[in-house]
Amino acid sequence: MGPLIPNGIIPAGWDFVIAILLGIVFGFLLEASGFSSSRNLAGVFYGYNFVVLRVFFTAVIVAMTGLLYFDYLGWIELSKIFILPTYLSPMIVGGIIMGLGFVIGGFCPGTSFTGIAIGKTDALVFTIGLYIGIYLFSLGFPLYEDFYSSGNMGNVTLTDVTGIPASWFAAAFTIIALAAFWGTSLIEKKVQKTIKEYKF
Amino acid sequence: MNTKISNNQERYINPYLGGVLLGLLVILTVYITGRGLGASGAVKSAVVTTSEIIAPTETQENAYMSRFISDDHSPMFTWLVFESLGVFFGGLLSGLLFGRVRKFRIDKGPGITNKKRLIFALIGGILFGIGSQFGRGCTSGAALSGSATFALGGVIAMFAIFGSGYIFAWFFRKLWI
Repeated sequence: MGPLIPNGIIPAGWDFVIAILLGIVFGFLLEASGFSSSRNLAGVFYGYNFVVLRVFFTAVIVAMTGLLYFDYLGWIELSKIFILPTYLSPMIVGGIIMGLGFVIGGFCPGTSFTGIAIGKTDALVFTIGLYIGIYLFSLGFPLYEDFYSSGNMGNVTLTDVTGIPASWFAAAFTIIALAAFWGTSLIEKKVQKTIKEYKF
Repeated sequence: MNTKISNNQERYINPYLGGVLLGLLVILTVYITGRGLGASGAVKSAVVTTSEIIAPTETQENAYMSRFISDDHSPMFTWLVFESLGVFFGGLLSGLLFGRVRKFRIDKGPGITNKKRLIFALIGGILFGIGSQFGRGCTSGAALSGSATFALGGVIAMFAIFGSGYIFAWFFRKLWI
């Protein structure tokens, strides 16, 4: 019964081998979906290419629904999986800064690694930026240490906070995603008529 | 640059297929390891490691970096570093398969110079690096894996990243369209 490594079914010594293998599949899917190009990624913000929205939201709803089925069938103990902790205001601020970085830089961290792999200089420079950014964050840490640790709600899920069952959230996200896929395909058709074809 | 090569000629997999496979990968990752995918954590490990080599005392005294130093192993010996190494090789594999591995080049909007694109790529990277520390992860670790496991923080990060992206997009439209 999963999760396999925390439950000792796969010995912890295999951790890094599994990390590389899962990473390879992750990188392959990002690149094969077109995420190695900043032009494709930025398209989601300007309406000429919604590939990010399609891949990302499909992945979220498939994973949400799948994990619920794994739980229902008794294949995984959801109580044993890692739940990202919630630090309310720092995460909102962090997300806003990341969104700004996404629009300006045209990548996010995982996608920039695949960009470097196929020879994108802008991806390499973006990754150097990540390194500098995290270093600067560390240097200035005493200035915002209190803010960084503020709003700690613990490792809570949507269900913990609202009392609404997880399956309702999965259903709601699925409906929103399907509506977004349909709506954005109409926007994309309109915008693509007005935009110059983009080159590599 | 050959202007006749358009995006339409790059061969990508169907985005919904890519999304389904990525979703299954998240499930498999959680099923095996009990946690999700990530990316920014690997860069953080690289920062802490190099900083510790160059300035060991200052790094150990740094209130943030010292959190990630342990006596029994280097910060490079962590799950996310190996996974990110995999991401690079997986990207390379896909690039080779689809014929996209070529000499170093720059993607940019039609209205800006290469130099401007690289300056903005650097600034964007710096911002993303800073934001991912406040956000406890980036698009992969917080937004994707966090939301997939119904974590409140993951959903918040996802809406904050994309919401902010749409708000700021208007100001930086010259970079891309």
